[in-house]
Amino acid sequence: MIPPQFEYYAPHSVDEAVALLQRFDGEAKVLAGGHSLIPLMKLRLAEPHVLVDINRIPGLSYIREEAGHLKIGATTRTNDLLESDLLRRSYPILTDAAHEIADPLVRNLGTVGGNVCHGDPGNDLPACMLALDAAMVLAGPQGARTVPASSFYKDTFVTAVEPTEILVEVQIPKARARQGSAYHKIEKRAGDFAMAGAAVSLVLDSAGRVESAGIGLTGVGPTAILALRAGNSLVGQLPDESHLAHASQLAQEATQPASDLRGPMEYKRAMAGVLARRVLDQALARARGGG
Amino acid sequence: MSAAPPHIKGGIGQSILRKEDARFVRGKGNYVDDVKLPGMLYLDITRSPYAHAKITAIRTERALKVPGVLAVITGKDLEAAGLAWMPTLMSDKQMVLPTDTVMYQAQEVAAVVADSRYAAADGAAAVEVDYEPLPVVTDPFKALEPGAPVIRTDRSEKSNHIWHWETGDKSGTDQLLTSSPVRVEQDLYIPRIHVSSMETCGCVAHMDSVTGRFTIYMTTQAPHAIRTVFALVAGLPEQNIRVISPDIGGGFGGKVPVYPGYVLAAVASIKTGHPVKWIEDRSENLQADSFARDYHIHAEVGATADGKVTALRVKTLADHGYTDAAANPSKFPAGLFHIITGSYPFAKAFVEVDAAYTNKPPGGIAYRCSFRVTEAVYTIERMMDILAHRLKIDPAEFRLKNFIPPEAFPYSSALGWTYDSGNYAGALQKAMQIIDYAGLRREQAEKRRRGELMGIGISSFTEIVGAGPSEKFDILGIKMFDSAEVRIHPTGKVIARFGTKSQGQGHETTYAQILAEELGIPADDIRVEEGDTDTAPYGLGTYASRSTPTAGAAAAVAARRIREKAQKIAAHLLEVSPDDVEWKDYAFRVKGVPSKSKTMQEVAFAAYTNHPRGIESGLEAVDYYDPPNMTYPFGSYICVVDIDKETGQIHVRRFVAVDDCGTIINPMIVDGQIHGGLTMGFAPALLEEIQYDENGNIRGGSFTDYLLPSAVETPKWETAKTVTPSPHHPIGAKGVGESATVGAPPAIVNAIVDALQPYGVEHIDIPVHPWKVWQILHGAEAKAK
Amino acid sequence: MSAAAHAVSPAASLTSAGGTNARIRVTVNGQAVVAEIEPRTLLVHFLREVLGLTGTHIGCDTSHCGACTVLLDGKAVKSCTVLAVQTDGREVRTVESLEVGGKLSPVQEAFIECHGLQCGFCTPGMMMSATALLAKTANPTEAEIRDAIRGNLCRCTGYVNIVKAIQSAGQKMQSAAGTGGKA
Repeated sequence: MIPPQFEYYAPHSVDEAVALLQRFDGEAKVLAGGHSLIPLMKLRLAEPHVLVDINRIPGLSYIREEAGHLKIGATTRTNDLLESDLLRRSYPILTDAAHEIADPLVRNLGTVGGNVCHGDPGNDLPACMLALDAAMVLAGPQGARTVPASSFYKDTFVTAVEPTEILVEVQIPKARARQGSAYHKIEKRAGDFAMAGAAVSLVLDSAGRVESAGIGLTGVGPTAILALRAGNSLVGQLPDESHLAHASQLAQEATQPASDLRGPMEYKRAMAGVLARRVLDQALARARGGG
Repeated sequence: MSAAPPHIKGGIGQSILRKEDARFVRGKGNYVDDVKLPGMLYLDITRSPYAHAKITAIRTERALKVPGVLAVITGKDLEAAGLAWMPTLMSDKQMVLPTDTVMYQAQEVAAVVADSRYAAADGAAAVEVDYEPLPVVTDPFKALEPGAPVIRTDRSEKSNHIWHWETGDKSGTDQLLTSSPVRVEQDLYIPRIHVSSMETCGCVAHMDSVTGRFTIYMTTQAPHAIRTVFALVAGLPEQNIRVISPDIGGGFGGKVPVYPGYVLAAVASIKTGHPVKWIEDRSENLQADSFARDYHIHAEVGATADGKVTALRVKTLADHGYTDAAANPSKFPAGLFHIITGSYPFAKAFVEVDAAYTNKPPGGIAYRCSFRVTEAVYTIERMMDILAHRLKIDPAEFRLKNFIPPEAFPYSSALGWTYDSGNYAGALQKAMQIIDYAGLRREQAEKRRRGELMGIGISSFTEIVGAGPSEKFDILGIKMFDSAEVRIHPTGKVIARFGTKSQGQGHETTYAQILAEELGIPADDIRVEEGDTDTAPYGLGTYASRSTPTAGAAAAVAARRIREKAQKIAAHLLEVSPDDVEWKDYAFRVKGVPSKSKTMQEVAFAAYTNHPRGIESGLEAVDYYDPPNMTYPFGSYICVVDIDKETGQIHVRRFVAVDDCGTIINPMIVDGQIHGGLTMGFAPALLEEIQYDENGNIRGGSFTDYLLPSAVETPKWETAKTVTPSPHHPIGAKGVGESATVGAPPAIVNAIVDALQPYGVEHIDIPVHPWKVWQILHGAEAKAK
Repeated sequence: MSAAAHAVSPAASLTSAGGTNARIRVTVNGQAVVAEIEPRTLLVHFLREVLGLTGTHIGCDTSHCGACTVLLDGKAVKSCTVLAVQTDGREVRTVESLEVGGKLSPVQEAFIECHGLQCGFCTPGMMMSATALLAKTANPTEAEIRDAIRGNLCRCTGYVNIVKAIQSAGQKMQSAAGTGGKA
């Protein structure tokens, strides 16, 4: 398995990278961690004429809180998420998800940006970004623009990123008091794509009522899915058994799974509900100071 | 304080460390892809996207324009040389390259030779092929229906039926089954799976046009047989062919067949005069190499009212893909499937198998098992559980009640096998004790009251390995003996060569241990070589757990032959008559005066420097061992699973494996073999399967979708042994490489089905995906509502 | 034609267009290497075919098996999914670097002693993963070990003895650090 020939550029700034994408208008692909792109090229399912390697652009790898946001740079490795104390403390959903992505070797190179913008419904971070109400910062010829996660995923392998744009940063609203978040997927084998996965981030008020709740789902539709009604159904509630069951039911209804090697559609749909419930429980426990 | 029993360093029964590891841990193994010859070219293959299609045109111009590409080989080129087709081991034939029709997806269509691996890949991608799709048959039942498209139009028989094979007493079985008060029947499907050794297949072929010598470095488990096949098929003089099987990165049966790539590399070398390397990609390996299983089984078993088995009847449809390229002894089209009466004294049995062609790659190789034994063991061990369930008898009790008793050996089975030795109850009782079977049943009862799903599964398998006695076992007429050539050099050091070929089993170590034990020479002083047909004695190779039963036996016999001669030399040195000398405690000793002795090393030196008149110099022997019988390793496995009721996910909590492979040569290596075998039993039980859609498109053609177990879900195996030596093997050993792969799947499925007993489930086909469990639970839930 | 001709800025020297080769400088097993390579050259092929370091193996096409695992700047990665050009200016370690001065590393020793290998094909990658794990986590639990090697598939051993070997190597390294480490 040998990739076809391509021209290779390793720019040292985002501007240079964007200029290259412009110059090769549609012919160029961005190379970040490469763990989706390079196998596709080896199988000759992707044959880009030009690769723009963004790994040598300084200052694109970081995890920091700044101006009301948690900001994660595009070339931050998924293992960096796992090793971050800040995330473990305040955004455990990302620690959970990082641990479930592929395997440690892949995570040493695979990037947050790549996972988020590859557009594979089986990737784990998109559901998290939906649950967290994240925004994607895209750099393009006209400068930067910000696209909310909820309108970022268009279809399988299709996102809001234009051919001349690069995702440079993910912005997540800064964690608040009494926020809890979690992610979990079920897989046939460790490191495999999800049969189904669920991401939850919620905030409780001082009385323990749900102030906001985001529920994202992995592997149960053409893209990662934001289960909007499910999350909203909890808002204002002192969540009890029936609220949680109802929200899980709504999450399940938000899915559009297809039958494949990772399960028949009805199973995946049901699992979205089961996982939504389990992850809700864990997020709640964390919001309440446990878990 | 009593003295330790005499022993020789590295003798039988010792867990000595492996000789082969020194190179492997340094990254200095020499696998085929590590072979680099001067002027070497590379070959890559263009493959068919269609499962069944007429080739209307192959255009090679673009490929030939790719820089570095030197040649493109098509079926027409081969046809001109009479090489478009080659024979299979089962008297069928298979295409090297098609001249007009492709018969499965990923079939080889053209070969591109280039000066680099990268150029060859570019060339293969640039070959243009026009196809006219033909109707596809992937279901063997549909393949046999009247009017089904005939796949093999090259045959005179215009049908997809390949052969019918049967054995046993049909009418006696029918009668006994009909009169049995308890009868159960079940369909079982064992899907197509792939061995996926971590190293794929490949070769470096070199035809030296000056000397006429053809050398091929090749991932083969059977180098000598391959050489003969090359001689017969290509018409090359056998002495000019050298097959070298260097270090092999796992075989498991997948490296027994001759794949088109090997032949293409050979043709390319002849054509170009250069050495040519062909190394398969993983996707090619998964999509085009021979597969295992794909058996559709219908089994019926009868019992008396008090739970004694009576008769067994099995009807099976075997899906062989587009050709019967099974790797079986020639007289056994369905392998040793008729070991299916297992560990139980069925009075009557009848087995029939029909084989069909479909638009899939060729098939019928093993997956770490001895010729369809896994299929047999899975069937009988599943059926025993179904029967126990129907009789409402605990499955352990049911087995204990039915086992062939130890005093019945040698035991003649209803299907004509003579089991050499066994103590089935001993193994099961040991497993039950280790795992606390009674305690587990109590725990399970308690959990059931709480609505939790926990299951306990047993498998008490009997294997049949070590093919085999020459009157029955041959491959293309070559008897299935194996060989050892042992030579002791003047300083008492040994070089021994064998007809087998290790693929990770540790032959360099275990053969040395057998020889150490027999010759009284430390294992460290014994060098074992295999895999070069120029130097090693002829043998049929390593598969079907046959190395220890055949070549291991040959080692012992050759060593004993050496001892006979050595005894005469020892007598000469000790100045006594040979009759006054005995071999005792690893030395030749004067009878009654054991302190008067000569070591084998002293004798070896004398064999070259001071041997008695009338005895020729040197100290060596060769043995071609024809085993008097197969060996019958056995064991009992107990598996405990917990099932998540909401997701259907299965967690193997414990797995205890008690194996009996007779005499144990190296306990560490035997345990390692069992660990690996168990994992290759676990894999098809829960994860692995290759499916095809109705258009013949493979689903699961890369490691993205064909899921090998990782360290995370693989259980922490617990192993134990009983030892019931084989009475006919020179050292009592039986072979162990495959027992666990054979024994494990039914233990796991039995545990899952046991967990689901409250839902009235009697069978679930493997692999047991979580959704299969969920569908049962969910269906029950829906019904309850 | 020099690769620099396609640079978009003086700093971006590592570019290659139209099938031209790129020049890389990489430290492999402590040795500085300079090479001209096609940009599509996979690191694993660079190591095996250009440098002759055949201890790193290839077992799949899709970054699943881990037979090709090497250390890139100390982190275990799958060299079949890294372009050799990406290692320019960086440090690569392969299985051939584990033995130092004729002494096997604790991981190599433990793999032999615990029978952590059979056919040997996954072994180099497995040992590189183990080496990376033990550099970070001195005394890993069994669960941590199993998780750390989940990207390295083995078809022979059933992992039991690999886990044991890694545990044993960890202990060896700790006791070495405890005694001789101060010298």
